[in-house]
Amino acid sequence: MDEKRVCTGRYFMMGNVACAEGAMAAGCEFAAGYPITPATEVANHLAEKLPQVGGAFFQMEDEISSIAAVIGASWAGKKAMTVTSGPGISLMLENIGFAIGVETPCVIVNVQRGAPSTGMPTIGIQGDMVQAKHGSHGDYEIIALCPSSPQEMFEHTVIAFNYAEKYRTPVFLLSDAFVGHMREEVVIPEADKIKTIYRKIPELGTDPLKLKGFLDENVAPMPIFGKGFKAHVTSSCHDEYGKRNLIDISALDKFVRKLSDKILKHKEEITLVERDYEGAEVVLVSYGGVSRAAAEAVLQARKKGIAAGTLRLITVWPFPGEEIEKMARKAKHVIVLENNLGQIYPYIKAEAAHFSEVSFLPPKLVGEIQDPEDILKKIEEISK
Amino acid sequence: MSELVHPYHRFIRPTVTHSSFCPGCGDGTIAQSILRAIDGLDMDMDDFVFVSGIGCAAWIPSPLFNADVLHTTHGRPIAFAFGIKMGLTEKKVMVVSGDGDLVAIGGNHLIQNARRNIEMVVICSNNGIYGMTGGQAAPTTPMGVKTTTTPYGTFENVFEDISGLVIAAGASFVARWTTGHPRQLTASIKKAIQKKGFAFIEVISQCPVQFGRKMGVGNAVQMLEDYKNRSISIQEAKKLSKEELKGRIVVGELVDLDKPEMVEEVTRMRKKAMGGAEAAVDTGRS
Repeated sequence: MDEKRVCTGRYFMMGNVACAEGAMAAGCEFAAGYPITPATEVANHLAEKLPQVGGAFFQMEDEISSIAAVIGASWAGKKAMTVTSGPGISLMLENIGFAIGVETPCVIVNVQRGAPSTGMPTIGIQGDMVQAKHGSHGDYEIIALCPSSPQEMFEHTVIAFNYAEKYRTPVFLLSDAFVGHMREEVVIPEADKIKTIYRKIPELGTDPLKLKGFLDENVAPMPIFGKGFKAHVTSSCHDEYGKRNLIDISALDKFVRKLSDKILKHKEEITLVERDYEGAEVVLVSYGGVSRAAAEAVLQARKKGIAAGTLRLITVWPFPGEEIEKMARKAKHVIVLENNLGQIYPYIKAEAAHFSEVSFLPPKLVGEIQDPEDILKKIEEISK
Repeated sequence: MSELVHPYHRFIRPTVTHSSFCPGCGDGTIAQSILRAIDGLDMDMDDFVFVSGIGCAAWIPSPLFNADVLHTTHGRPIAFAFGIKMGLTEKKVMVVSGDGDLVAIGGNHLIQNARRNIEMVVICSNNGIYGMTGGQAAPTTPMGVKTTTTPYGTFENVFEDISGLVIAAGASFVARWTTGHPRQLTASIKKAIQKKGFAFIEVISQCPVQFGRKMGVGNAVQMLEDYKNRSISIQEAKKLSKEELKGRIVVGELVDLDKPEMVEEVTRMRKKAMGGAEAAVDTGRS
């Protein structure tokens, strides 16, 4: 990656700024968004840095046009992203479905905040977890990463771009106000240490009539605009050539399945987890900022001689059910921790409950990450 | 005898065998005017990216035109086109869609991008009705008219002057014609394509099936005759009072001016950003 894009060094940096630096390092060329707390620092920083490398951040009239412009820029061949919070995602959902339907690489950063509705803008909750997967209409698969620190805001943004480009799909970075506004040490490696991926495109000069640019489980090359591919891009039901088909149900079936299978087929290489449950009887399952509390609680429990462990989901979508099952087969008790009323809990329970006891521990107050002391108490109760 | 081929057949996507327009639809006239303009300028379809929204007129470029075409969600084509233009500044970006798409559901994107004066051509086929969904009232449907969603007659004021809205928002080129003026329309599209700025063309277009037949204003020919009779050039219109212009369609090139264009301004901004001293890394502390 271009050295001008990577500000190699050790910093005391805010999570949202680290996200913007991650986007720079990943090769982001186009960003569009609309001001919203607690995501603004990402946009502010991109607005300053992107023009220095020939890109730009554009402040649009709303979040609908922000994601629309991002999709347009992606079809123009640019690596593109948007950043917002829950209310913005709610507005973007129709066009996120469009991006999935026409297989558009892009990164969507959601710095989650107190919700529903306008909620509490400066408080982090994990309230939009299922929205990311099911918010837009119809069946689809999505990729979502959950960073837990400013360092990961940087690293996961790079991964998000790489996944988006590799699998031609929107990728969510599901952060929250705590992680986004957290300031910690961030180490940015040298440019040549950062792996970046750019989408495959068809060979120039390919006969447009023979070009299969869509609906391939192994990811079709993207017939980006301006290269003479004469791409017909419609999110209405279409075949692998992009040709619209609004009358044949078998075409719809293929459309729905191929889009999902493209992600599911590569689930193993997409899935990222942190396993620390060797020999553990009680396993804490969590993601994002909550994982930090889980790790601390397990540390304390182990000091007291309790066989406790953690499983941290870094990619929550596609849902890593196999990882949950593998863990649950060894554990006696699984405790799910989320900073919400239990959004991913039913998914985890469905995979784990056959093998172990599964319970959910919400924070005392939603919007407050679980106190490690409280988690420890729960572990002690269970292991009595 | 050699096979007769339409001179603009080369602009049509080879896989297309028919159009989806109803008999008598004005969208065919608009399609041909666009292709005549492109041909007249000696341009190639690869010089363009076409963007459309949802509705009958959106099916003009998608799938008819043999070019890069993005068929987007309802109301949003201009917003998608913004991203495409910023990514492919050397290409001509043309949005073709209807009044419901561009002015009702997508009105703010029209206003804001006219204000930005970003170089693109927006062609709005204004048929005064939602045709594709079966004849529902649009903001452009005259007051009192019975439609499928207003069985007792529309009870909202009509959106009379879409072009006026776009002029007020700051577009550098705005023209209005009817499908009864195909030659003038073609000439204006040519100018719009060459314009450094936001170029908007409103085309009053007949929908004989959902509008003409149901509202008793007749078939396509009668509707075109009505457009011709009611049309008045902007030059003539300037001499008349508001009262005298009631029911008339003011046609012509309403605005053609030079002002800062957004793509050029972005280039200027980038130069400023690159020329400045190496910015210190902002760690987010303030």
